[in-house]
Parts: sequence; structure tokens; C-alpha cells
Amino acid sequence: MTALADFGIAFGRVVFIMMFILNLGGLLTWVERKQSAIMQDRIGANRAAIRIPFTQIRLRLLGLFHPLADAIKMLTKEDFLPARADRFLFQLAPFVSVFFGLVAFASIPFGDTLRVGGRVIPLQAVTLNVGVLYVFAMLSLGVYGVMMAGWSSANNYALLGGQRAAALMISAEIAIGASIMGVVMWYGSLSLQDIVRAQGDLLFGWIPKWGIVTQPLAFILFLTAGIAATKRIPFDMPEGESEIIGYFVEYSGMKFGMFAMADFLETVVIAGLTTSLFLGGWQVPYLYETGLRVPWGGTLGLPHLLVVLLQVGAFSLKVVVMIFVMMLIRWTLPRFRYDQAMRLGWLGLFPLSILNIVLTGAVLLAWGTRP
Amino acid sequence: MKAAQRFYLREVVSGLMLTGHHFFANMGKHLAHALGWRDARGAVTIQYPEERRPLSPRLRSLHRLVRREDGSPRCVACMMCETVCPARCIYIVADEHPNPDIEKMPARFDIDLGKCVFCGFCVEACPEDAIRMDTGILEFSSYSRLGMIYTKEMLLALEPAGPDGVPRSPVPIPADRTV
Repeated sequence: MTALADFGIAFGRVVFIMMFILNLGGLLTWVERKQSAIMQDRIGANRAAIRIPFTQIRLRLLGLFHPLADAIKMLTKEDFLPARADRFLFQLAPFVSVFFGLVAFASIPFGDTLRVGGRVIPLQAVTLNVGVLYVFAMLSLGVYGVMMAGWSSANNYALLGGQRAAALMISAEIAIGASIMGVVMWYGSLSLQDIVRAQGDLLFGWIPKWGIVTQPLAFILFLTAGIAATKRIPFDMPEGESEIIGYFVEYSGMKFGMFAMADFLETVVIAGLTTSLFLGGWQVPYLYETGLRVPWGGTLGLPHLLVVLLQVGAFSLKVVVMIFVMMLIRWTLPRFRYDQAMRLGWLGLFPLSILNIVLTGAVLLAWGTRP
Repeated sequence: MKAAQRFYLREVVSGLMLTGHHFFANMGKHLAHALGWRDARGAVTIQYPEERRPLSPRLRSLHRLVRREDGSPRCVACMMCETVCPARCIYIVADEHPNPDIEKMPARFDIDLGKCVFCGFCVEACPEDAIRMDTGILEFSSYSRLGMIYTKEMLLALEPAGPDGVPRSPVPIPADRTV
């Protein structure tokens, strides 16, 4: 019976994360349309409607049915297979892209622990003590789908797009990995849950010790490299949806849609990772396991369930805010040229990340012990 | 390029401030609109089929044939418009007018709007002020070429647009139109 319950709990955690990231990823197509429209003084897509049966009332809901219409369109389009393409790799590539985007979120904690009926449930799909490395590994593997797509299409333009994607991903991943080292040194753990827990401490007695406070340079470097890893504007030269041809020229229908979805999933993953590493993850300032404790006096006891709900809500809110910021960047900046992106990655982000590691080490050494 | 621009980050932040300002200002206006303040508009969009922008009274829209008081066309089939038309989209067949004081009238007056370039030369060339382009009707697209040919009867039935540019006659549908 306990084995069954354990299985149910593990299943529930995985399903929660799956629903969270899939729904958010699907909703991002709507967010992208609407946010860009509002930024540009437009209204945005609002025509897809569902008519309530037997009435003339057409529900539009601010264009929320557009993702649904997109999905129906994608699923019913012709699934074209180029004559000289590598059949197996060509069909595998979009699944590889989406799969690694989906599983990357697994080790990101969305709450502390939930205590129900004598059980302690960690609010995280997988409790890994190398969670940071796991997320990077999955994000890096995601590029194999892109390279596969470029290679197997038997199209030189697609191949060039895949090659650009590989080059971009390598320069971005190195900067991501190096910029994260400062955070790992500061909090002394590779487990995302431990890093988030450590961010609950207070600096000088009142500033929450979030990563953005202790590692501001790493935050900027990580965000830049993270946006590059999502392959979206301003680093969209692998695909270049508006004019240059990317790795998915030969794809149509839902396979094309899966590449677009993989980008959105990676956006969610990067937003979740940024939240966990730099914005305190599920931490609400001054909220502890027993309730609120404000440094300048005043405590408020809160029930355990409410605390957990607040934590999960805070995590979701932070992820959504990060996604908003990434969308804002995507709709503000023009695309980097290939050589500019390479120069930024290798001559800008990477040396600065190393500098950040050195600075962090010096501060830790001067402090004597980890503050 | 200045060093500050090469550093890029400051320029990124100023760009984000600009777009972010647009976002939040427009979002506030959208919210005010939704809460009942109808004057607040967060977008410059005119939602076309429901909302239409006002047309200039000088706009050249669908042609109409001006009628005499007895309802017959004012056109005397002089062929001026057919001759001046650069797109050659007007086809006139002349006929005797029942009134002996009037020499001719068109038996057929077809305009192929699929060819028409809306230059307005026919209106300028007409000595009788019998053809005008002031109906305000702009939507007469068709899936078939035959559906773009408008005959004398259809053009005679049209009224000029109101002073606000809103058409006063319905869009005529040619009988040949398949859709």
C-alpha cells in the first residue's frame, strides 16, 4: 500500500511539472502575440472564436483560442517528407528537441517540502544532488535535435542553419556553465533545492540573499547566455524566421510546430532556472516554514499548507515575470549577426564569467567562510 | 562607436525601458477601457469589418450611373469614357432614346471592375456628368472574373454615399458571381 502511495506521489509530482511546463509553453504562443501587440500599440490576434452551440454567442476570450487553432492547423497540415532526407533522423529530430526541453525542468524545485500524513514530499519532480548539471546536460542535448534536423533534411540551407545552431549553442552553453559557477561557489551546492534554500537567508539582517543580490554579474551573463540557448531573438540566427533560412526549412505541420514549441519550452526552462538560481526560487521574502517573520519586528504564524501554496505561487509568479522579461527582450532587440553573437559569446560573456568566478573566489577567501 | 555603445548593456536597458513603457502604458489604457472608460484606447488598431475609418468624400469608389428624373440613364453613349479608359474596362452599346430630344442612350453599359484601375478618367471625361465614383462602396471582390462585371442596371441602382462617406446602397452582387 505504501509502495502504491509512493508511486502515486512520484507520479503526481511528475504530472504537475509536465502540466506546468506544457501549459505554460502552449500559453506562450498567446503571450507572445498579445505582449508584442501591446508593446507595439496593436491589439493582437483576437479572431479565433468558439460559438456556443445553439446560440449566436461567439467566445473570443482575448484570443486565447488561437493556440488551439494553431494546434489544429498544425495537426491537419500535410506532413511533408523530402525525397532525399534521412527518413529516420528527419522524423526523430523534432521529438528529440521537445523531449529534452520537457525533461530539463524535472530537477527545478517548485516548492520546499510538503508534509502530509507523516510523509515528507519534496516539491520537485526529481530530487537530484547535481540538479544544476542535469538541467545543463538536458539543455545541451536539446541542440542535437536541431543539428539532426539540419543534417537529415538533405538541404544545404538547413545544414547551415543547424551548423549555426551548434556554434551558437556551444558558445552559449560555455558562458552559462561558467556564469553559474559563481552561484555554485557562493551557495556551496550543485543541488537546486539546496541553492534555493540557501537563498532564504538574510544579508545584513534584512536583504533576502537571492542570487541576483549576491551574484549580479552572473545574473546578467546567465540571462544573456540563457536567451541565446533558447535560440530566440536576439539570438535567433539558427532559424531566422523572418528572412534567413534556418534548420527547419524542410519541416511542415506538427513537426515544425514542435520545433517552435521546443523554443517555448526552453524559454520556460531558462526562466525557471533563472528563478531558482537568482530570484530565490520558491522563496517568499521573510516567509519561513512556520510563518512570516519580518526582520524589523512582527511575526505571523501561518498553517503549513498555506505556506506551501504561497511558495508554489511565488515560484510560478517569478517564472511568469522572467518569461515576461525574456519576451520584452525578444520584441525589443534586433538580431545579432553570426559573428557578433560569436564575439559576444567568446569575447564577452565567457571572459566575464571567468572574471566572476575569480571575484567570487576572492570574496569568499577574504570573508574566510561562506557568508 | 562610443565605448558606452560598444558595452551594449546600457543601450539594451534604454531600449527595454522604451518598449516596457509602451507595454505598461497601453496595458493601463486597455484596462481602463475594459473597466468602462470608453475614451481610453491602448491601440491604434481599427478592427476593420466592425469598425471602419471614415472615407474622404473625394475617394474614388465604385462607379454609379446618374439617373434622369424619369429614371433613364443620363448617359448619352458618347463613348468618351470608353475611349479615355486606360484599362479598357468599359463596354458600351448605344441605342435610341425614346425621347426624341435626347439623341442616344446606352443599351448596355458594362464595367469590368477586375480590369478597372480606379483612375477616375471616365468621370472627368464625361460631358454629361453621367458617371460618378462617389458610392463609397469598396468591397466588391469575387472569386470569379465574371463576378466582377457590373452591368448598367446595377450601376444605375446605386446611390451616392452619405456626407460621412458611408455607402447608402447595398453592395450589388452580379448574377454571374459564383460565390
